[in-house]
Amino acid sequence: MLTILFWVFSVLMLASAAAVVLFRNPVNSAMSLVLSFLALAALFVTLDAFFIGVIQVLVYAGAVMVLFLFIIMLLDLKAETRRRLNIAALAGGLAVLGGFVVLITQVVKSLPASADHFPPLARTGYPDAYEIGMTLFSAFNLPFQVIGVLLLVSTVGVVILSRRNLR
Amino acid sequence: MPTLGDYLLVSGLLFSIGLAGVLLRRNLLIIFMSLELMLNAANLSLVAFARHGVTVFGLPDYNAQVLVFFIITVAAAEVAVGLAIIVALYRLRQTTHVEDLNRMKF
Repeated sequence: MLTILFWVFSVLMLASAAAVVLFRNPVNSAMSLVLSFLALAALFVTLDAFFIGVIQVLVYAGAVMVLFLFIIMLLDLKAETRRRLNIAALAGGLAVLGGFVVLITQVVKSLPASADHFPPLARTGYPDAYEIGMTLFSAFNLPFQVIGVLLLVSTVGVVILSRRNLR
Repeated sequence: MPTLGDYLLVSGLLFSIGLAGVLLRRNLLIIFMSLELMLNAANLSLVAFARHGVTVFGLPDYNAQVLVFFIITVAAAEVAVGLAIIVALYRLRQTTHVEDLNRMKF
């Protein structure tokens, strides 16, 4: 059952990710990106990472995609017009890509742990969010506060960047 | 049951699709979406390794999941700043096509 779900969601995720790259209209790309993020959240749930899955849906499929769609609507982008293809750049890109895919498959195949099945988990009775929260607020307290400052800085930066006269 | 290698392979393929978008597409917004795909591929392999490296208490390695949490937070901040830069660029040049943006200073 888990195997079937894994392959269904992986194929869904990879197909909609490919659709993001292949669509000409940015709105279509953004919609398939939402689908890809939702399928990835399902994959997180198959890995018993329930909290990460929920965060993925809330932050990526919710906030980030609303931002993307808002910008696409704001700029009023139409479907891209076809231009003359730069054959050398296209061939170079495809060559790099092919080499990268071969490299990744070789590395994954040669990894000793790659054929391992996941070990069973103990039942503690505590939810996933509890354990992550305990780790976050004890071992990673300082990074957590630094992330808060980073969010503040990026908010201020966005406000300054979107002023009408930037100079 | 899917193995660790299956998850890593799917993650690598997702990263390659994102790389293809960055290398082959010439619309700034699509390139930015492909960057998000690459970040998500890294998250998937991190969570798979967290599930594989079970601790002595029989729990997943929650340090890795906290790292994923941080990556998601930083990615959200990055999207906000990046889209603000794209909007500022669009106001100057009325285009999001990378071949029309070939100078360092406008």
